[in-house]
Amino acid sequence: MSSNSNPSIHIRRSPLGRAKGLGAAKAGSAHWWAERVSSVALIPLTLYAIFSVVALGHADAAGVAAYMALPWNAVLFIAFAVTLYHHIGLGLTVVIEDYVRPEAQRITLTFIVKAGVILLGLLSVISILKLAL
Amino acid sequence: MKDVREALMVGRNSEGKLVRRPLSPHLQAYNMVRISSGTSIMHRITGVALSAGALFLTVWLAAAAAGDSVLSVVQAVYGSVIGLLVLAGFTWALWYHFLNGLRHLAWDAGKGFELPDMHRSGKLVIAGSFILAAVTVVAAYLVW
Repeated sequence: MSSNSNPSIHIRRSPLGRAKGLGAAKAGSAHWWAERVSSVALIPLTLYAIFSVVALGHADAAGVAAYMALPWNAVLFIAFAVTLYHHIGLGLTVVIEDYVRPEAQRITLTFIVKAGVILLGLLSVISILKLAL
Repeated sequence: MKDVREALMVGRNSEGKLVRRPLSPHLQAYNMVRISSGTSIMHRITGVALSAGALFLTVWLAAAAAGDSVLSVVQAVYGSVIGLLVLAGFTWALWYHFLNGLRHLAWDAGKGFELPDMHRSGKLVIAGSFILAAVTVVAAYLVW
């Protein structure tokens, strides 16, 4: 794109035609908001997860299962895993959108991230449930 | 007909005059050793690294669910010298991303934007991340 000191628009479309589908649809900020909301939820959940992992670092399978068998631990750990992977998906998507070109690579990587966070989130939840029940 | 991207680069200023939109400078324009840009890019780097950290957590959970035979292998790998170093690195990255995330949320609320405030909070985040990582590692060692 040439830098033009005297800008002008040379598009043979009506102003309405150009404006349609471009912005003010209130959907553009949804990703940004989801990142903030998930990060706020992760403040207490992360502190809880750090505490739990430090406490369980040396535990055997029965020890972890006994911990998860307490309903609030299973609930908090599942909430942590789901929110964490949601937040990771949002964050990695932005990083990919910022740095990865060309388009085909960007779409492929975004798809891998979306599939990856869902599968790993599900694996975490199922593992926690299996330990808890 | 011109490229449509060219048209999107044209906007109006507050007087209604057509102007070329300013373009934000690319990465090379920033001095990454500065508190401002350094803490910013570290937020991204730690965020991406912590995605791998989450994978470590999920592997541990799945191993525990699979039983002691699998869990003992995972614990041996995580408990090796390299494993412990990686876990300590994740611990620091987590505290950094946590504290700098709080800083970002404060900015989103419109607080702490002044340059001296921003520099002070940046230094607090860096110092705090190392202190809390050290506390966490020591706590994990004592529990062990």
